[in-house]
This record gives sequence, C-alpha cells and structure tokens, in this order.
Amino acid sequence: MNACAEIDYGTPEVKVGAGGLCMPGTPLRGQATAILEIDGMSVTVPAGTSLMRAAAEAGVMIPKLCATDCLEAFGSCRLCLVEIEGRRGYPASCTTPAEAGMKVRTQSPKLAELRRNVMELYISDHPLDCLTCSANGNCELQTMAGVVGLREVRYGMTGENHFTESTTDDSNPYFSFDPGKCIVCNRCVRACEEQQGTFALTISGRGFASRVAAGQDERFMDSECVSCGACVNACPTATLTEKTVIEKGQAEHGVTTTCAYCGVGCGFRAEMQGTEVVRMVPWKDGRANEGHACVKGRFAWGYATHPDRITRPMIRARISDPWREVSWDEALQHTASEFRRIQARHGRNSVGAIVSSRCTNEEDYLVQKLVRAAFGNNNVDTCARVCHSPTGYGLKQTLGESAGTQTFKSVEKADVIVIIGANPSDGHPVFASRLKRRVREGAQLIVIDPREIDLVSSPHIKAAHHLKLKPGTNVAVLSALAHVIVTEQLVDPAFVAERCEARAFAEWSEFVARPANSPEALQAASGVPAAEVRAAARLYAAAGNGAIYYGLGVTEHSQGSTAVIAIANLAMATGNLGREGVGVNPLRGQNNVQGSCDMGSFPHELPGYRHVSDTPTRELFERDWGVPIQAEPGLRIPNMLDAALDGSFLGLYCQGEDPVQSDPDTHHVVAAMSAMECVVVQDLFLNETAKYAHVFLPGASFLEKDGTFTNAERRISRVRRVMSPLAGMADWEVTMALANALGYPMHYAHPSQIMDEIARLTPTFAGVSYEKLDAAGSLQWPCNDAAPDGTQTMHVDEFAGLRGGKGRFIITQYVPTDEKVTRRFPLLLTTGRVLSQYNVGAQTRRTANTDFYGADLLEIHPHDAEERGIRNGDRVGIESRAGTTTLPATVTERVQPGVVYTTFHFPESGANVITTDNSDWATNCPEYKVTAVQVSRLAGA
Amino acid sequence: MNLDKLIKMANQIGDFFEAMPDRQQAVIDVAGHLQRTWEPRMREQLCAAMDGSAAARLKPLVRDALISLNKPAAPVGKSTSGG
Repeated sequence: MNACAEIDYGTPEVKVGAGGLCMPGTPLRGQATAILEIDGMSVTVPAGTSLMRAAAEAGVMIPKLCATDCLEAFGSCRLCLVEIEGRRGYPASCTTPAEAGMKVRTQSPKLAELRRNVMELYISDHPLDCLTCSANGNCELQTMAGVVGLREVRYGMTGENHFTESTTDDSNPYFSFDPGKCIVCNRCVRACEEQQGTFALTISGRGFASRVAAGQDERFMDSECVSCGACVNACPTATLTEKTVIEKGQAEHGVTTTCAYCGVGCGFRAEMQGTEVVRMVPWKDGRANEGHACVKGRFAWGYATHPDRITRPMIRARISDPWREVSWDEALQHTASEFRRIQARHGRNSVGAIVSSRCTNEEDYLVQKLVRAAFGNNNVDTCARVCHSPTGYGLKQTLGESAGTQTFKSVEKADVIVIIGANPSDGHPVFASRLKRRVREGAQLIVIDPREIDLVSSPHIKAAHHLKLKPGTNVAVLSALAHVIVTEQLVDPAFVAERCEARAFAEWSEFVARPANSPEALQAASGVPAAEVRAAARLYAAAGNGAIYYGLGVTEHSQGSTAVIAIANLAMATGNLGREGVGVNPLRGQNNVQGSCDMGSFPHELPGYRHVSDTPTRELFERDWGVPIQAEPGLRIPNMLDAALDGSFLGLYCQGEDPVQSDPDTHHVVAAMSAMECVVVQDLFLNETAKYAHVFLPGASFLEKDGTFTNAERRISRVRRVMSPLAGMADWEVTMALANALGYPMHYAHPSQIMDEIARLTPTFAGVSYEKLDAAGSLQWPCNDAAPDGTQTMHVDEFAGLRGGKGRFIITQYVPTDEKVTRRFPLLLTTGRVLSQYNVGAQTRRTANTDFYGADLLEIHPHDAEERGIRNGDRVGIESRAGTTTLPATVTERVQPGVVYTTFHFPESGANVITTDNSDWATNCPEYKVTAVQVSRLAGA
Repeated sequence: MNLDKLIKMANQIGDFFEAMPDRQQAVIDVAGHLQRTWEPRMREQLCAAMDGSAAARLKPLVRDALISLNKPAAPVGKSTSGG
C-alpha cells in the first residue's frame, strides 16, 4: 500500500441523527445506533452504516474494488461479499446496512472462493505489468489480488481483452488515462458526478464493450472535464494517474497542509519523496473540502519550483539600473537604512507596508507589527483592500463581526441558496461542488449576476431565478428585494423582535417600503424585470433555510459596502441567521483574505478588528510590544499611492502583492510607484511591481514555511513546511530580520510563537495554539474560553459585537455610480476570473494551467459585436476614461447586450489599464466591476 | 493629495449617510467615519480647503461634519458608523 494512504472505510460515514437523502448510508429513523457482531466481535455503529464500514471501523478490512468512502456505495465489483447468519446468499457488504443483532462473517472458505473467482475474471482482462506499472505499490487491484490469494488465471491472457490495443489519452497536462488498465468499477464516473458535479464521464457501451468515456467519447482535454482530479483520486488502478507519479514514482511520506489558492482553504496531503512533491492529494479530513479539490490546488503547484523563482536578494539605486544580487544581510541593512533615511527627511509617516492575503497569519501579523512598532505609524494595508474590505465594514456594522457566519458544510442544510456577484464554479470550485450537490438534492437557486455564470444552467443545475442586473446596480436590486419582503409581510417578526434593534428596523422597513424602492421603480435602473425580483424575494423569504453567498461582484463597487449591508439586512429581516443552512457568506478571493484582515492589517485596526483609537486595546499592544502606537488611522493602499504622488509617502514594503498588475488605473499606480524613493518587493517572482522596486527580497511558497491560513469560514488551518525555503528564509523570518535591522527587536524561533502572541493579544484567537490546531485539524474563530472548540455558526443567540447584542439594520440608499455609459463609452466592462487561472496569474501562469486558459479574452454579446463588425477571435481595442488596451474577442450570449467582460490573469492584457480609480465610499475598495468603455475591431484583426 | 479626489470621496460618504432619517446623527456619523478611517493628513487637507472653493463642492452634510471635526469636542468617538 501507498505509505501516504489514509484509511479507506469503503462507504461514507453516517452520523447519528444525520439527515439527507434516503440512500445507502442514511440512518433509519428511530434507530440511533445498531449493535451487531462481525467475525465474533461486537460492533456499534450509527444505524444505516454499511456492513463494510462497520467492519472497517472495527479493524476488519473487507476486500473491495468499486467501493471507496468518498463515494456512495455502488455494489458492482462483487468482491466485498459477506455471510449473514439467517440470510441466504452472499450480500455485498458495501450496500447492506448494518442492523441490530446481525451476525456477519467476512471470511469463510466459500467467500474466499467467490472472491478469488471474481478477481480471476478481473485479472484475466488486465495487463500483468505490475513491476513497471506506475501504480505499483499503490494499486488496489494489485493489493486485492494479494488479499484474496489469487495464484492463477485459468482463462489465460490471450483471449479477447481491453489492454492489448488500447491507446492512452495523454491530452490532459496533469494526468494520463490508460483504458487498458480500467476495470470499469465506475469510481471515476461516480466521483465526477457525486463529488465534482460535472458529469463529464460516463460508461459507454454495454457488456464486455463497457468502458469509461469522457464527454462524447472525446479526449479528456476536449471534454467538459474540469481537471479537478476526483476521478484520478478515485481510480483503484493505474488507469487514471498523475503524470508526476508516472514520472517520479510513488511517494514515501506525506504532510498535511493547506492550499494557497482561493478562500476555500482546502486541506491537502503533500505526498513527498524526500523534499520533492510527488503529488497533492485532497485531505479527506479537511473540513473545508472533505477530500475534494480543484485543478489549481490539486495540480497547479509546480510554480513553487519554477525556474523564474528569484532566490537571491537584489538591490539597485534607481529603477532604471540593473539588479545587483546581494547577501540577505546587505539587502536588509540597505532597506532599513533607506526607510530610516526617508523617515528622517520626510517624517515618520512617509513609509508604510502592504500585507499579503497569500501569506500566513503569522507573517501578516508580523508585517503590521513591524509597521506599528518599527516604522512607528499605522500605514499598513492589505490587498484585501481591493477585494473584501467592504465585507469587513458592512458585516461589522450590521452583524457586529467582520466575517462570514457559517461553515461551508452549512450549505448542505440550505433550502434556498442566493448567489450574488460570485462565480463559485470558477472562483471557489470546491465549495461550488458542495453547493451543486445540494441543488441536485432539491434546494432552489437564485443567481444575481450581470453574466450567465455556469450555475445559472449546467448539468442537473438550473437556477430558479437569474436576476441579470446591469453592472453597478446591486443595491437597487437588493433594495427591491427588501421592498417585497417588507411590503408583502414576509419579514420574520419573531427574529426581528427578539434579535434586532427595534428603532433601526422601523427606520429601515419604512425606507425600503417606499415606492421608490419597489421592483417596478428600480427596474429601469437595474434592468431586472420587476416580476422576477418579486418572485425571487418570495422564494428567499419563504425558504425554511435561506443562505446568501456573495463575492467580489458585490464588494468591488462604489457602493460595495452598501451592498454588503443590504445583504445583511435581508438575512436579518427573514431570520436567516444563527443556525445551520442560512447566513451571510462572503466567498473570499485569496487563501488568507480573512486572516490578513483578522491580523490587524488595516490601517485603522489592530488585530481582532479593534480600532487604533481604542485606548485600552492600544495600551495592551503597547505594553506587549514596548512601543507607543499611533491613535490615528494610517494610509490605505490608494491613499499611499496618492500620497506618493504628492511627495509625502516615499517608502513601501510590499510583501506578496503586485499592485501594479492588480490595482486599478495602472497608469496612476505606476506613476505613484515611480515617485517613491524606496520600493521593496518581497515575492516569489519578479512581478510587475518589481519593475519599480529598489529592493527585491525573495519570498517563500506555502510549501516552504510553517504557519496558518484562515479561510472564508473563519477556519484556521495549519500550513506545514515540506521543503526548505529556496532562498534560505521564510517570509516571517525576513520580516523579523528587517525589524531587527530597523532596530526593533523581534525574536521568534517558530511561527507557533507568533501565534501564541496573537492569541495572547486577540480575544477571538485566545484559545488558538499549534498544539490545539494539530489535535483538532482546524479551528474556526472565535476560539476562546467561551468557545474552546471554536465557533462553527456565528450569532446563534446574539450579535455579540453590537450594542445590546442586537442586529442593526442600516438604510441603504441606491446611489448610481459615477461611471456611466456615454456616447463615447457606451458599454460597461466588468471583470472576473476563470477556473484554471488565479488572480494576477503569478502562480498559475507558471503551470500547465495555461493549457486551459492561455490569454485573457473579452466577452461581448453578439448584438454589440455585430454593430462593431467583430467576429469571434478578432483582436479588439478597449478604451475607457483611464486608458486603452487590446484583447481577443469572444462573441457570446453569456454577457448581456451593453456589457463586456474580461479576466485579469495576464499582465500583457492590461485589464487594469482601463479600470478607473472609482472606489467604495466606505473602504476605497476599487470599482473594478464597472468601467464604461468603447470596444472596436482593430484594423487587420 | 489630490483635493478633487478627497472631495469626491467625502461626498460619497455623504451620499450614504444622507439617507438617514436623523440628520444630526448623520453629521456625527460622517464625521466619525472620516475620523476613524481617514489618515489625518487627508482630513486636514480637506478641512483646510474649506476656506476656499472646496466648501461649495462639498455636500452640506459633509461640510457640517468637517466643521464638527474642527471643534475641540467633536463627538466622533460616539459615532454609530465608524469604520
């Protein structure tokens, strides 16, 4: 067996009292547990547990091939037969539920004979190349042949078979499909259906001709396959195998860690040969993903050792000079000297730092500590500024805490799911798979998005309502939904009376009930038919459990914070808070957006979202850190850039962030960067911002350091080092060394000590430690004396962060954005991302994910394309008030007339050259989602 | 900093709080938001510009909030909508 393999119990776990569909593994009502006898041992399991799982939990592993515990039982391989006293025949243990009083035998001469016969048939149609097979040592077929004692194949190997003339499909860059080794166990097909929900695989043909096929019998790359790897994980043979395993061989040890891509925060087992990663396998016990993955986390980790990695510090006097490699000591001393020189000349507040949402909590904490304690100001901000800062503001104001309210698992209890301004199947694919499973079980779906995202209509998924609003009108639609809920008496009066501020509710309900907020009145602005809004509002309000999930399509607007507040208002009004299956759920873009915000990376907040003007909090940190802390907020990222242009901000330490590519209005960002005297970039690669840097400090990937990430569920998970930092230092060590060079002592031997300090100073993290995380697997904050095991669902009894514990409705007036279409700029550009690429693409562009998406495209509606003479594939010019760029066009009805859409994964596309500096009123989060543009076909295109 | 941008940002804040039924509280909330989320040099620049043409370009609600910030005992600490 594979040295890294986790125990496979054969069928899914059944929890006592669990609900769900009626299928194998579901407990029978009225029977909490069943006590039975297996091979003479008394076994107690939740009722409905399969005999296979019951045996496995007692340590008896029944032979199996088609069963695996991440999939529902299938009962096809006939290897897991058992004998049950008093019953005829030999039932399959995977599909037979354990019942009280059963006496089961898993071994007998007859069972052994039956199993050997079955195996003999399998092996008669399987190549006998075990010694040179890529699955050697990790092949369930091989293992089972051994377990059942197969010694001969009486049928010989020369008859009709599938292996002599089969052709391997190597089209996918990450895995190989060799049908000659397939035993047609259906595990891959079921994984694609049950786990991923894509339905890309099927069994084509009948009888002996049955075989696995992708799509319409196509190559994997030509099919609907999304390369999540679930099929590869499920395959018990070498039929579907990672190419890295084929190339390197099986791993010899594994380390559990957390993915460094999106805010889902999937747990992975890094399977290793020494310090080399062989493959990343989704961790079954990872609570965020429960054994599932996507193409990024599962396969796109090769960037960590890409030749583009910079592993030596570099400095230069001017940005026009060539880089000069220097020692760590020289780079850090130079940086410290430059920052001190700038501060001496331009004042203490003339320098600052940007914290990365890709780095660990411990690293983020250290950077903000460095700014506050060593720089002596509050000029620290995080790249969450440009994505979810409105979430922090809006949820804090209404619900009292700057975080989502649920677990991802909570969606399994939702009856109506509202997706606003998010595209989970591309941006948060592992959560999307959970969501789709719930929709297949019968939950209703409402999508509010200008574009027809996959969830509107995909295999076995059909949204009940798609409110196809115009970009920039979220608040209008949310107000209209609220209007219907209030005026049609759909409010949950008991929840509102008990849990919310009465006066605030009265003022809000009077406001939304005004005719100006009716769906009919707002239809012209939003473009959404009033009847559709009314129907959606009724569906959400009448749901037993209504859950709202939202993303950057809500936050990245001039009214981003208003929209977040409006969402919270809806949830409070309908009583959809404080239990499983409901809630307000921000889908965070990057792996540690939540964590970076939690760690005090905003210029106005210390760790735990406590304002810098709060004297007791400030004094707590001042005592611990031994320095005074400014009581006034510092500069946000856009303010830093503006201040750079007026000559009052001249030094920037930028860790793990690329504002030149990711921030709006590139010309403005470049001008600001060019105006600074010392820009320090700490990153894996020479990114776009590094072009304007004077110091480059090599970063470390998530594989090279210890720490924690906090995902969108507030779940704190361990990141574990599996290889040494390529540049010799992890990011937290670099920040620590810089602080020391600046004369502020920092001495931590391990990130666990940083977490201990965080816990000591932050009430919501008071119960968090590495020991506890290692024992529990992960913890959701708040984790403290009041909630020693963490908090799965927020606001169960009260809104603890608010006065009197009462939820606070806030009026949300729709204010149209200044970014309006004109005759010169008649189209609205909105942006998003695709499944295979990640944000500015620094990581995914350096992997084979470029095979799936190798360039940003501009989606344009056929009507708009025809008016401009644009055909599919034409290169088009896009002009906005901020700038111009060019992109290849894709003509598609996914976008509505008047709206164009692109991604921002490739720097050469210059998507942010055309976005403007409009921003959210409360947080300055840029309005990426609305830019008025003109699109024209380029001559010669 | 760019004064036009500061005026625009301040007016955006005013847009949000203008919908509140209690104007006196709205003034306090605008002032509170500026004090709790704007770096001092931004506030100072905007307040300084109040003597010139900037005042006319600011919403009355924002003007009143900025005036309250210049008073020694501005009640911003009691804001209900700080950042």
